[in-house]
Amino acid sequence: MVSRIFKITRAGLAGGLALTAILCLIAGTMLAVLARADMLRGLGPSDWSAIRFTLLQSTLSALISVCFAIPLARALSRRNFPLRGVLITLMGAPFILPVMVAVLGLLAVFGRSGIINSTLVWVGLEPVSIYGLHGVVLAHVFFNLPLATRLILQGWQEIPGERFRLAASLGFSPRNVSRLLERPMLRSVLPGAFLVVFLVCLTSFAVALTMGGGPRATTIELAIYQAVRLDFDLAKAALLALVQFGLGVSAALLAMRFALPEAGLGAGFDRPERRWEAQRPALRIIDTGLIIFGALFLLLPLSMVVLNGLPGILNLPAEVWIAALRSLAVAMVAVAITLALALSISAFSVLHRRPFAGTLGMLGIAASPLVIGTGLFIIIHPIADPGRYALVVTALVNALMALPFALRALLPALSGAEANFGRLADGLGMKGWARMRHLWLPRLRRPLGFTAGLTAALSMGDLGVVTLFAAPDQATLPLQLYRLMGAYRMEDAAAAGLLLLGLSLTLFWLFDGGGHERA
Amino acid sequence: MLELNAITIRQGDFALSADLNISPGHIVAVLGPSGAGKSTLLAAIAGFTPVETGHIQWQGTDLTGLPPAQRPISILFQDNNLFPHLDARSNVALGLEPSLRLSAKQWTQVDTALERVGLTGLGRRKPAALSGGQNARIALARALLRARPVMLLDEPFGALGPGLKAEMLTLVADLARETGASVLMVSHDPADAQAIADEVIWVDGGIAHSPHNTDEIFSLPPQALSAYMGT
Repeated sequence: MVSRIFKITRAGLAGGLALTAILCLIAGTMLAVLARADMLRGLGPSDWSAIRFTLLQSTLSALISVCFAIPLARALSRRNFPLRGVLITLMGAPFILPVMVAVLGLLAVFGRSGIINSTLVWVGLEPVSIYGLHGVVLAHVFFNLPLATRLILQGWQEIPGERFRLAASLGFSPRNVSRLLERPMLRSVLPGAFLVVFLVCLTSFAVALTMGGGPRATTIELAIYQAVRLDFDLAKAALLALVQFGLGVSAALLAMRFALPEAGLGAGFDRPERRWEAQRPALRIIDTGLIIFGALFLLLPLSMVVLNGLPGILNLPAEVWIAALRSLAVAMVAVAITLALALSISAFSVLHRRPFAGTLGMLGIAASPLVIGTGLFIIIHPIADPGRYALVVTALVNALMALPFALRALLPALSGAEANFGRLADGLGMKGWARMRHLWLPRLRRPLGFTAGLTAALSMGDLGVVTLFAAPDQATLPLQLYRLMGAYRMEDAAAAGLLLLGLSLTLFWLFDGGGHERA
Repeated sequence: MLELNAITIRQGDFALSADLNISPGHIVAVLGPSGAGKSTLLAAIAGFTPVETGHIQWQGTDLTGLPPAQRPISILFQDNNLFPHLDARSNVALGLEPSLRLSAKQWTQVDTALERVGLTGLGRRKPAALSGGQNARIALARALLRARPVMLLDEPFGALGPGLKAEMLTLVADLARETGASVLMVSHDPADAQAIADEVIWVDGGIAHSPHNTDEIFSLPPQALSAYMGT
């Protein structure tokens, strides 16, 4: 009994420490922001316009993503074709795709000298500009259309197969199926999918940094960045950070009232249910068109990144390689921190039956990285040169951002392992490290590998707080890529983009694959 | 008469063949070990699973290529026979009009069917507000309303207790006798067959055997069947 108490204490201690650290980080940075914010000055006209633009672009991006996702998900749910599984897997890729890589690809297709505009000019039409509101929305739709499609596809897949058979045996037309089967499902899935996309777009800094800008297309986070880096007006930055935090928390609270769909990472791989009412030629043609359009929208920009990047990859300047090493180091530290925090919190939550611990760990999703970064900047600035802490802060914030996903993967797996084998392990006297090594780690191999891969890829591709802190010689790979683009060194930028893409995907593949091996 | 003329069904490694006839108005139990292909046989007759070779015929017309709704067949699945967001009346009404736009006369038919299965006054309740047995009755009311000459039961009463199950089987037998429909019912339990079935189809080793008289097959069971029953 003594040793059992000891073990529980150890899990409690680790979990308590992890939760305290997260709370201190979030609450501490918020206090710093609160203390520094210039409440008396209030929000100026440019601040209001940033708030309006943030809400406008998030709403538009979420609306467009969801509207296109519905017919695409329906097409995927009722058609079977070669490479269907591959396409659905690829739809999960934007989640771990570095924003800068996507931006490069989108510019190659939709940019000033991209495929679309070259065609327009060739036909004799005016080229369209990708910068500003439509650029931001386009990039967000690129990232979130696949996410929304997978979420909605999961809804379709969760309709029991017998319902479609019942519909077939009662002679339902496509309209009957839509009214009696699909609409009730969509009513329960769509609000959640919309809110998830809205939340993602609310705190997406790198897209606004590269595609937005100017007085008419500045988000709150971009305004924070400009206040810190260009005007060095910390009071204004802090005030804006408060506004951003308020928006994030309101949206997250709103989201909690709806059942948020899971990321749907395993969804859609079963053979699609045969649909008797959808065998009409017109419907087949529409679905085929939709699937081809969806695949092109996703694959064309990525292929352009590979094509444009290949020629320059061997002649990359040394500073890019060094930046890549820095990013690798940051990613590894972020992985270590995320795994330590997530395991401690999960163990605490499961062994002590404290489900709120898991909820607390999800806090990071409401606090935007840039807001936490602003707080840390305000705290560090009077004591030391923030530039020296750029990489540490980046790793820490990346870990915090990955934590909600880590907990979502680990918590259910650990409570499952304990529910199935906990009594057996207790009976055999497995506790402490023995339990960890012989029960938890083997049972958690897959979610652990997935979590590590996700964190590494997210951290590798992140362009957020590092822009607030980094000195000229402290760039991570995404920041270096941004600087190359700003200096119009497009060949180097394209090659750096390919390198970043390769590194992110390889890290994810190595960790995630490691989890599948011998599992 | 429902004729299965030398049909074979293939799903990956699994294959099932059948060459048998079902007489009108007969209640036939489909028995066999788990995974033998009992449900597959029903799915092929209903048109959910294609047959590789052979023909399925009803009164001389070929059903083989027809979509499920155009076959003279009602089917009750193991579960999900009802839409949870529709009340009992609407679930039954789907049997007449998938668009749910019914005439006053048709709604009267719906209420009569609900009355016949013993659900008078419960038409406005949704499936979640009714018991498992009552939900099975709703599905039966719909099948009754559709009045197809062949009814397929893929263990729809499997989750009910023994008493309730016997009650439902008696109801099925009564309805079949009133409407003259043939019934094909999958079961794990030989007692179900003994309770209401005229004949038994024994499915084992990739073959669905021709129907045998229930009393005969249980008084002199083939070896595989007696092994299955543990006697």
